[in-house]
Amino acid sequence: MTAAPHSEDDNLPGGPPELLGEFGEFGGRYVAETLMPAVEELARAWPKAWADYTFVDEYRAILRDYVGRPTPLTEARRLPEAVGGGRIFLKREDLNHTGAHKINNCIGQVLLARRLGKTRIIAETGAGQHGVATATACAYFGMPCTVYMGAEDVSRQALNVVRMRLLGAEVRPVTSGSATLKDAINAALRDWVASVADTHYVIGSVMGPDPYPLMVRELQRVIGDEARAQILDRIGRLPDAAVACVGGGSNAMGLFAAFVPDADVKLFGVEATGEGLQGRHAATMAKGRIGVFHGMRSLVLQTDDGQLLEAHSISAGLDYPGIGPEHAHLHATGRARYLGISDREALAATELLARTEGIIPALETAHAIAALPAVIRELGPEAVVIVNVSGRGDKDMHTVMTHLDPATLTLIEEAERGRKAARAAHQAAAGHGGEEALIVDGHELRAEGKEEHERRSGSRDGCVRPGARGEPRRPGRLPDRVRPRSQRLARADLRRL
Amino acid sequence: MLELGVPFSDPTADGPTIQAAMTRALASGATLSGALALAAEVRRRFELPIVLFSYANPLISYGPERLSRETAEAGADALLVVDLPPEHAEVLRGPASARGLGWVGLVAPTTTPARRARVLAASSGFVYAVSLTGVTGAPLDPSDPALHAGLATLRGASSLPIVVGFGVRKAEDVRALAGHADGVVVGSALVEAGQRGPAALGELVKSLRGGTLRA
Ligand SMILES: Cc1ncc(COP(=O)(O)O)c(C=O)c1O
Repeated sequence: MTAAPHSEDDNLPGGPPELLGEFGEFGGRYVAETLMPAVEELARAWPKAWADYTFVDEYRAILRDYVGRPTPLTEARRLPEAVGGGRIFLKREDLNHTGAHKINNCIGQVLLARRLGKTRIIAETGAGQHGVATATACAYFGMPCTVYMGAEDVSRQALNVVRMRLLGAEVRPVTSGSATLKDAINAALRDWVASVADTHYVIGSVMGPDPYPLMVRELQRVIGDEARAQILDRIGRLPDAAVACVGGGSNAMGLFAAFVPDADVKLFGVEATGEGLQGRHAATMAKGRIGVFHGMRSLVLQTDDGQLLEAHSISAGLDYPGIGPEHAHLHATGRARYLGISDREALAATELLARTEGIIPALETAHAIAALPAVIRELGPEAVVIVNVSGRGDKDMHTVMTHLDPATLTLIEEAERGRKAARAAHQAAAGHGGEEALIVDGHELRAEGKEEHERRSGSRDGCVRPGARGEPRRPGRLPDRVRPRSQRLARADLRRL
Repeated sequence: MLELGVPFSDPTADGPTIQAAMTRALASGATLSGALALAAEVRRRFELPIVLFSYANPLISYGPERLSRETAEAGADALLVVDLPPEHAEVLRGPASARGLGWVGLVAPTTTPARRARVLAASSGFVYAVSLTGVTGAPLDPSDPALHAGLATLRGASSLPIVVGFGVRKAEDVRALAGHADGVVVGSALVEAGQRGPAALGELVKSLRGGTLRA
C-alpha cells in the first residue's frame, strides 16, 4: 500500500473529466486503479515533452537520420487508369526503416519512456510490424523489450517473430482468448499492471486509455504534415481527399491530423470487412456498438451481452474488434467517412499496386488502395487524392502466395522434385545408394528427421495447399486461412520462444 | 460476503485462474441475467451480503438503469467494477446509488494520496484495498510491512470498512492480514478449489474462516 514514489504534481487533479482525453463522447481512461497513476503521469508528461524543443528535436533528428524521413510523396503513374481516374499521390510510409509507419510512434514513445526514467519496454503486436518497430527502437536505445503477440499471429507472421528476436526482443506468444491482437493487448496490460514502476507500455495505435490516442496521433502526424507540405509544393493546392486503412487507426490519424481543419479535404478511412459483413470481419464502424474496451470508450464489435467478438481480416494489422476513439468521433460527426474492403478485394489490390506502380503494399495498405475506385467514383476523375501506403508487403508474401498465387507453390514443388531427382541420380552415380534426403531451408534432414518433418508439416513438400488434407477445393472461393505449415511455428517452437 | 463474478471476455485485471474461469463460464453460456438469478437464489437462502463483480462493458451494455433495478431486486448489495475508476464511475454509480446499492472503489499500492481521496469520495459500503501491484492470483506476502503500513494509511483516511484482496490464498494469509483490515477477499484460490469439487471448496472456505478467528 505504500504509494509509489510519484514524480511530481501529486496534487494536480490530473484527471477531472474535462482532462480525460475525450473526443466527443469517446476516449477516456478506463483502466484498473493500479494503472491510473501511470496513465496520469503519462498524461502530464506527454504535453510537456511535446512542447519541449529538446525532446522534439531529438525525435525529429532520429526520424531523419535513422528512420529515413521525410518519406516521398509519389504520384502514381499507371494506377489512376485502373481505378477510374484521378491524380493519386502515394505517401510512402513503406519506405521507412522497418517497412511501415509504426516506427514513427515507437521512436517517440521510447524517447518519452527514457525521459520518465523507465528502464523496460513492453508492446503488443498483431501483424508484427509494431513489434518489430518497438524492438528496433529498443535496440537503438539499448533497452530491454518484451513483445506480446497472439499465438495465431505468431504463426501468421512468423518472419516478423524472427525479426523481433534478432533485434533482441523477447516475444511472448499469447494463447488466451482468440490468440490475436486483442489478447496480446490484454496480456501486455496485465504485464504493465505488475511492472508499472519501471516499465513503459508502447501501445501501437491511436487506442487505449488517454493519453495514448492523442499521443500516438501526434507522433504519427508527421505523415500528414509532410504530405500536406509536399502536395502544396507539388501542385499548389490541397488534395480533395485523403485515404488510409484503419485497424486501430494510427496511420489514418497521422495522415488525417494535418487535414482535419481543411473542411474541403474529404477523409476516408478503410476498414476490413474480411469475408464479408455476413461472415467474419473486422468492420468496427459498420457493425460496432459503443463499448468500453482496452481502456477507452469507443466503437466495439461485441455481442448483445457486451462480450467482445473475434475480429477477422486477412491482414493481421486490421484484425482488431475496436477502433481508436478519435475515429469514432470523426465518424459520429461525419468529418470522416469509413468504407469497407474485403479480404478478396485487398488481395486483388495488392496485385494491382504491384503491377501498375511497382510497389508491393502490406495487406493492410491494400485495403486503402482497394477503396480508390469508390473514392474516385464519388469525387470524379479530376480529383486529387493522397493515399497512405502505410507499409510494404514483404511480411505478407506467404499469405499472398497461398491465396493469390498457388502457382508459385506448384513451381516450388516441381523445382524441389527436380532437385531431388538430380541429387538421387548424383548420389547413385557416386555410390551413396539408398539413403534419401530432403533439403529444408538449407538443412539436410536424414531419413528419420525427414519423417518427423513431414509429420509436422503435413505434407511432403512442407506446404498445405487449398485442397490438401482432403478438403475439396472450392473454385472461386478463398480458402479458409490456409497457411503453409512450414511457415507456422509448431507448439513446441512456441514453448521454446 | 459473496463476491459474485460476472464474466467478461477480456478481463485485463485478472490473472490466469480467473481469466480461465471467465472463459469457461462464457463458453458454457453464463450471462449477466443468469448471475442476477443466482444472486437472487442465494439471497433467498442466505443472509450474507452479495457484491456483483465485473468489468464495465457487460454491465454498461446491459443498461445502467436496468442493471441497477435488477441487481437491487435480486437482493445484491453493491457493485465492484475494476475498470471504472472514480472519474468514469458515475455512469453506473449514479443509477446504482439511486437504488440503494453500494459502490466499491479500489485503492492500489500505486494510488497517490490525491487519487485515494477521489476513490474514497466515490465509495460506499466498503473500500477494496488491492494488496499488490499486479493481477488477481499473483503471489502475495501477507506480512509485508509496506502492505500493513498502506492499510494503516488507508484506515486513517477513511471511516469505511477496508477489505483487502489479490493473492490471498490460505488461512495463514488471512491471519497475517486480520489485524490490518476488516475483511479479506479470496478469488483465485477458491476458483481453483471449486474445480476440485464442492467438498474441497467447502473445506477451503471453512479453513479461511478459521483464519479470521482470534487464536
Ligand atoms: C502496414 C500497416 N498498416 C496499417 C496497420 C494498422 O494499424 P493502424 O490502423 O494503427 O495504422 C498496421 C498494423 O499492424 C500495419 O502494419
